[in-house]
Amino acid sequence: MPDTTQPLATASAPAHFLLGKSRWRPAEIVFWALALAAYFAFPRRHLLLNEIAILGLFALSLDLILGYTGIVSLGHAAFFGAGAYAAGLFAKHVFGEPVTGLVFSIGISAILGFLSSFLVLRGTDLTRLMVTLGVALVLYELANRLDWITGGSDGMLGVKIDPILGFFPFTFRGSTAYLYSLTVLFLAFLLARRVVHSPFGLSLRAVKDNRLRASSIGIAPARRIVAIYTLAAAYAGAAGALATQTTQFVSLETLDFTHSADALLVLVIGGAGYLYGGLLGAIVFKLLKDALSVASPAYWLFWMGLFLVVLVLIGRERLTGGGRALLDAVVARMPGRRR
Amino acid sequence: MWGWNDRRVVSVLTILFDGVAYGMLLFVLACGLVVTLGLMNFVNLAHGAFAMAGGYLTVILMTRYGVPFLVCLPIAFVATASLGAVVERTLYVPMYDRSHLDQVLFTIGLVFISVAIVHFLMGSQAQVIRLPSYLQGRFEIFGVGIGVYRLFLIAVCGVLALLLQWVLAATRFGSQLRAAVDDARVARGLGIRVSWIFALTFAFGSGLAGLGGALAAEIVGLDPTFPLKFMLYFLVVVTVGGTSGMTGPLLAALLLGMTDVMGKYLFPKFGAFIIYAVMIAVLMIRPSGLFSRIGTR
Repeated sequence: MPDTTQPLATASAPAHFLLGKSRWRPAEIVFWALALAAYFAFPRRHLLLNEIAILGLFALSLDLILGYTGIVSLGHAAFFGAGAYAAGLFAKHVFGEPVTGLVFSIGISAILGFLSSFLVLRGTDLTRLMVTLGVALVLYELANRLDWITGGSDGMLGVKIDPILGFFPFTFRGSTAYLYSLTVLFLAFLLARRVVHSPFGLSLRAVKDNRLRASSIGIAPARRIVAIYTLAAAYAGAAGALATQTTQFVSLETLDFTHSADALLVLVIGGAGYLYGGLLGAIVFKLLKDALSVASPAYWLFWMGLFLVVLVLIGRERLTGGGRALLDAVVARMPGRRR
Repeated sequence: MWGWNDRRVVSVLTILFDGVAYGMLLFVLACGLVVTLGLMNFVNLAHGAFAMAGGYLTVILMTRYGVPFLVCLPIAFVATASLGAVVERTLYVPMYDRSHLDQVLFTIGLVFISVAIVHFLMGSQAQVIRLPSYLQGRFEIFGVGIGVYRLFLIAVCGVLALLLQWVLAATRFGSQLRAAVDDARVARGLGIRVSWIFALTFAFGSGLAGLGGALAAEIVGLDPTFPLKFMLYFLVVVTVGGTSGMTGPLLAALLLGMTDVMGKYLFPKFGAFIIYAVMIAVLMIRPSGLFSRIGTR
C-alpha cells in the first residue's frame, strides 16, 4: 500500500530522528526478557521481585512528572496511598477480584490527581514542593483520623483478595503476585512509552525546558500538566493497588513522607527522563535495602540519607550518565543494531 | 454552639495567648530559613535538624550535667551556630548554584542522616526537660490563664524579632546582606565579602534554630522525627511570610501558631488537618506569599 508507506519514506529529517528514537532497541527487549526470566531464575525471591516491580511502577509514575515535565514533587506517595486504600476498601466492602479493584483504584487516584493537578500549576518550585507535600500530609492525617474506616495507625487488616479473574489465586510465596505485578508494570510501561514518544510527550519536554517559549509556539502548558499529572497519579494508584492486593494489607506508611522520598531516591539512582530510570533504580534500591536491612534494619534511614548526600555531591548527572553510557556501550556491541 | 458567656470568652483568650507563644516560637525556629531559603533561594529542608541539635544538646546538658536551663540556652545557640558554620562551609557551599531538585535531595539526605544518628544515640522516645520552678506554673490576669513559660517565650522571642529587624534594617551588616542577596555579583564588585556574609548569616540562622529547639522541647516535645514533623511548618513561615523583611515571616508564624493551637483545642478530631488545608488555600490564592512584595524572587 503505497499510500501509507509514502509519508514515512519521504519523512523529514526531524520526523525521522524522532521515529528512530521511539523504535524498540535490543537492550529494551533484553531487559523485559530478563524481568520474566527472573521468575524462573529466583523461585525463592518472588516476594522481593514483586516489591521491585511495584516500586518500579511507582518510580515510573514519578518519572512522568519529574523527568518529563520537570515538576518536583515531595508528596507523590499521596497517590500511591490513595490507590492502596482504595484497593483495600474495595476488596473489603465491594468485590474481591483484583483486576476490578485495580481499575477502581486507578480511577480514584486519577480523580485525586486531576483535582490536585490544578494546585501545581501556579507558583515556583518551592510552592509546588509545599503543595505536593501538603496534599500528602492531608491524606496522611485523613487516613490516620478516620480509623474506623482505614484502621488508623494499625493499618487496614482483613483485606481478602479473590483469585485474579477468578482463575489464579495468590500464593504464599508471591509467585502469582510477581507475574501479576509484572504484567501490570509492562502494560503501564507500554502506554508510558507510547505517551512520551507521542507529540504530546514531546510537548511536555518543551514545557519542562522553557514554559514561556513552549506557550509562545502554541503549546498550552496548563492543560498538558493537568493531563500528565493525572496520568502519573493513576500510575501511582495502580502501584498502590498492587501493593495492597499482593500483601493483603494497607499501612499508613504508604502515605508517609519517607515513601515519597523513596520514589525520588529510586528515580535519582536510575536517572530521570528515560523511563527505565525508575525500573533500574528500583532494582538497585530494593537489593541495597534488602542487603543493608539484614545487617541493621533500624538504620536504613541513615544509609538512605548518606546515599542521597553522596549522590548529589558527586553529581547525579555524572552517575546516571555513566550508567547510560554503559548501557549504550552494551547496545553498541549487540549485533543487528540500527542507528 | 458558642455561647457568649464569660468563661468561654476567657478560654478563647487563653488559647489565643498560647497561640501567640507558639507562633513566636515558630518564628525563632524558622527565621534562619527566611534568609537561606527566602533570600538566598536555597531550598534547605534540613533546617529542623539544627533545631533538633539545639534541643538535644539542652536535654543532655540538663539531665546529665545539671546545667541550669537559662545557661543552656546561650550554649545551644553558640553550639548550633558553630555546627551551622562548619556544615555551611563544607557541605552547603557547593550546593548553592545547583538545581532545586539537587538541593531538595541533598537536604532530605541530611535530615535522614540526622534523624538516624539521634535515634541511634538517644533512642526513639520523646525527651522531657524539667523547667526551673520559676518558669513553671500559671497565673491569671483578669481571668485569663497565662502560663509563665509561655510568657517567657513571648518575651525572649519578641526581643529576638526586634533585634533581627534592627540588624537587617539598620546596621551595616544588614545592608551588606541585603545587597549580597539582591545581586551577589555586583555586591562582590563593591568589595562586599559575599561568601563570608552568607556563612555568617547561615551560622546565625542555625544558632537561632538551635535556640528555638531548646525553647521548644518543653512545648512540642523532642524526638528524632522532629526535623520531619516541623519541616512543613518552617516552609510555611517562609513562603507565606514572603521574603521582604522580618515582619512578614513574623506575622505568618503568629498566624500559623494561632491557627494550629486553636485548631487543636477546638477541633481535636481533625488534628493537623486544618493547618495543611489553610496552607494549601493560601498558596493557591497568593503563590508568592501573603506578605510579599510583587516581583520578589
